[in-house]
Amino acid sequence: MSDVQAPTIDAPLLEVEDLISQYPVPRGLLGAMMRRPQLTVKAVDGVTFSVAAGEMVALVGESGCGKTTTAQTVIRMVANQGGSIRFDGAEIGELSPGQLRPLRREIQIIYQDPYESLDPRFTVRDTIEEPIRVHSLVPRKEDREAKVREAMERAGLTPPELFIDRYPHELSGGQRQRVAIAAALVLEPKLLIADEPVSMLDVSVRAGILALLDGLRKDGMGVLMITHDLSTAAHFADRIAVMYLGRIVEEGPARDVVRNPQHPYTKALISVVPRRDPDERAFPQILTGETPNPVRVPPGCRFHPRCPVAEARCKETDPELRLLDGVAAGHRAACILLGEGSGTG
Amino acid sequence: MSARPPVIRVEDLNVWFDLPGGGELHAVQGVTFELHSGERMGLVGESGCGKTTTILAMMGLLPATASVSGKVLLDGEDILVGGEETISPHRWSDISMVFQGAMNAFNPVKTVGAQIAEPMVLHGMATGKSARSRVAELLELVGIAGDRADRYPHEFSGGMRQRAAIAMALACSPKVLLADEPTTALDVMVQAQILELLVGLSKTLGQELGLTVILVTHDLPVVAQVCDRAAVMYAGEIVEMGGMSEIYHDPRHPYSRMLFAATPDLLGDDEVISIPGAPPRLDREIVGCAFRPRCDSAFEPCSTVRPGRREPVAGHEARCHLNDPSLTELAS
Amino acid sequence: MSLIEPIQTADEDGLAHGAQKTSRPGFVRTTLLGNRAAMIGLGILGFFVFVAIFAPWLEPYDPTQKVGPVYAPPSGDFWLGTDDGGGDMLSLLIAGSRVSLAVGFLAALVAILIGGTVGVLSGYFGGKTDTVLMRFTDYMLVIPDIPLMIIVAALFGRSLTNIVIIIGVIYWTSTARLIRAQVKSVRERVYVKRAQALGAGNRRLIFKHVLPQVAPLLIANTVLMIALAIFAETFITFLGLGDPSTISWGRLIENAFEGEATINNAWWAIVPPGVCVTIVILACTMIGQSVEDGLNPRLRVGHLSVKRFRVRPGAGSEPTK
Repeated sequence: MSDVQAPTIDAPLLEVEDLISQYPVPRGLLGAMMRRPQLTVKAVDGVTFSVAAGEMVALVGESGCGKTTTAQTVIRMVANQGGSIRFDGAEIGELSPGQLRPLRREIQIIYQDPYESLDPRFTVRDTIEEPIRVHSLVPRKEDREAKVREAMERAGLTPPELFIDRYPHELSGGQRQRVAIAAALVLEPKLLIADEPVSMLDVSVRAGILALLDGLRKDGMGVLMITHDLSTAAHFADRIAVMYLGRIVEEGPARDVVRNPQHPYTKALISVVPRRDPDERAFPQILTGETPNPVRVPPGCRFHPRCPVAEARCKETDPELRLLDGVAAGHRAACILLGEGSGTG
Repeated sequence: MSARPPVIRVEDLNVWFDLPGGGELHAVQGVTFELHSGERMGLVGESGCGKTTTILAMMGLLPATASVSGKVLLDGEDILVGGEETISPHRWSDISMVFQGAMNAFNPVKTVGAQIAEPMVLHGMATGKSARSRVAELLELVGIAGDRADRYPHEFSGGMRQRAAIAMALACSPKVLLADEPTTALDVMVQAQILELLVGLSKTLGQELGLTVILVTHDLPVVAQVCDRAAVMYAGEIVEMGGMSEIYHDPRHPYSRMLFAATPDLLGDDEVISIPGAPPRLDREIVGCAFRPRCDSAFEPCSTVRPGRREPVAGHEARCHLNDPSLTELAS
Repeated sequence: MSLIEPIQTADEDGLAHGAQKTSRPGFVRTTLLGNRAAMIGLGILGFFVFVAIFAPWLEPYDPTQKVGPVYAPPSGDFWLGTDDGGGDMLSLLIAGSRVSLAVGFLAALVAILIGGTVGVLSGYFGGKTDTVLMRFTDYMLVIPDIPLMIIVAALFGRSLTNIVIIIGVIYWTSTARLIRAQVKSVRERVYVKRAQALGAGNRRLIFKHVLPQVAPLLIANTVLMIALAIFAETFITFLGLGDPSTISWGRLIENAFEGEATINNAWWAIVPPGVCVTIVILACTMIGQSVEDGLNPRLRVGHLSVKRFRVRPGAGSEPTK
């Protein structure tokens, strides 16, 4: 498990509060004429979390939970309709594209598909150099070359000569992902967002990439990792936030969330994650059905239709994410049945 | 191991692909295994190891650029020997497959029920009314309400489409079901549902018809949870095969051991270590052990002598010189 | 991190994931070089371009002069006979190639420039820009070409410039649609989004990331457009709307018709220009088609053949080559 470095600045690097990101489902002319109700996809429906420098936070959940949209909204590639996003203490949720430009140096993102993240017509050098050129930071060619090589070393692409003039199709998936990481590092960002950084890579290659991200974290970078793989999150992240249908339903130190889950959804999720040891077949709590469409969010607690321990009042109350007793510090969950006596089944 | 004959036995299977510039790619090399009815075996490996090619060869679904050798014995009868002629009568009726990405391979303009019935009709097993009722039966078997047969694929969710694909594979009551990455694109909860379904099917149908399942995947924990036995493939060969528990607790090939070490476990604390390097090219002859460049335990014979299949423990085989006492004595 | 060689596997159904060859640099060059039809087409086109450039030196006679009898059949002096004015057909043909090819290339350029720009802006910016531009394109598509040509010729006079403009203005719409579709798809690719996320502006995204991907399609389209434009010029001139002071293949055919060549059985006056136009169009099609086919691997149906895999009799398990 990674050791947590206490953040040395007062404000966390990234603070997201009550973030809302939704978009209307297009009705088309016919639909509008027939007065069909305007449906809205509530992809992110009130999300609050923070990432400190030197900390890796994993945003975990199944498809449709809103984790990728959250990341896209944080970097302002997708519009937000409410809530605040504070980076390094300053509010960035309302900034215009022009004002956002300098920020793009400080926050970088890596994508899931290494086979699509690199422009096939750019050499490795071109790709890694691009951020520098976009921001016109380093005028001299020699200095740029030095920076590119430095980023490549940091990303594990050594010796740089072997890779620098190659095209993406000459590289393996793991190598391509490292190129993407190098391109993200060349501007020395403070926050790195990694959207499923290893899910399309072979197992034998994943650990290397994750170790690289872990190393960056130790150097003081904040890392927000989006993943559906709880095992990876448990191993590499300091904190885990579990999302369901646009909300964070549980959040806390990674170890504690995984070993001592509180929210019924987290408990079910943990119970069905396959384990390496064939003899460790726990009693899986397989939920029926599938995650509902974010267009039709159930009333009250959004998890109640599938919850194994739901009560009548769960239909009426939308639970808040709050600190709990009897768990590690900073461990929150959004369930009204918790904190009343010990354990809820 | 039971005394009954195996329901399927693959013997010395080799597959070569012609390469565009001349030359050949030896994608599957000497694969041998057998399964008894009701067993679930996992065929595990990373991309390029030959696992999908192996099961495609068993189904006779290789392209024209492929050539095969070896035997695929279904209830003792070699179905591979005559190529398409000998395989096609058995395809789907005795051995069938759920393809990778099957849930996206449905015909969007036909109902799901019609598509599940199609193999039955093609094999002359059922038509019209009897086909419809069988389709309803199959849907219920995989956990979908029977009356949804008249819906179209886009009305089903991803998990339901995968179930429908399994129903389609079971349409002609096969003895062997090959599932290629059946849960890879699915959420972990839906994955659990599908895996539970597969286990349930092999148990219930195991009693009635003896359904044997081969699960092809790169995901070790999935195999650990679901399968009784596993075969680990690397560079076209089976490098280790045995009971699931035995392979985990006593791996006899460094690749299996390192693969486990590279897989993070939800509650485990050990460090996750990647395997350096990349698999070898299969269009050239490999001298010695194919895994040697990446192996952490390689010793002298590994560079020159190709390891043969050894069975250090009953029912547990591996292709590694470390299992050869005569060689390891030399090393120490 | 030592092994660079891409993994040669058969497991990934032959395609190295999404790394389509069409996206890589040098695609057009490799496609053309590898395709026999394309190379033949290039050869033919090259030949005609050479003739057009060096026309004044290649003509045996001055094409504007009466150098022989009217409608003289092909002979040693006049390889393709003479026309209704006694001019040498071969010289006329060679001279005509200049205008026909020049108009063809220029008109195609105009069409591609207009269509390409509309397509890129429409596809890249989407939204209102897209709607407005596409409506405009639809209106242009509706206008019938021949009446438009006649009206423009009548209103603005018959000059080469006008012909180039008319052809360009009529034919840009299909290019616009094609390019728009491609740009829309490229716009959504991860590497474009990534470049956007790190702060690249529209200009950089369009010129450095989108256009290079659209280039092969644009090239294929340009070549096919040249064929269309040459035919259009021939057709316009044949209708009598061409520039009266220039010689082109269309004019030769028009003259032949006006001069009643068919009645005089003077096939040499009417067939050669038609054949030239046909050959050039064919050459352009061969080039353009091969690039287009290369761009669209789904057009290949080879994998649907009934040929099956082969079974080798009892080979040993230890692989030998």
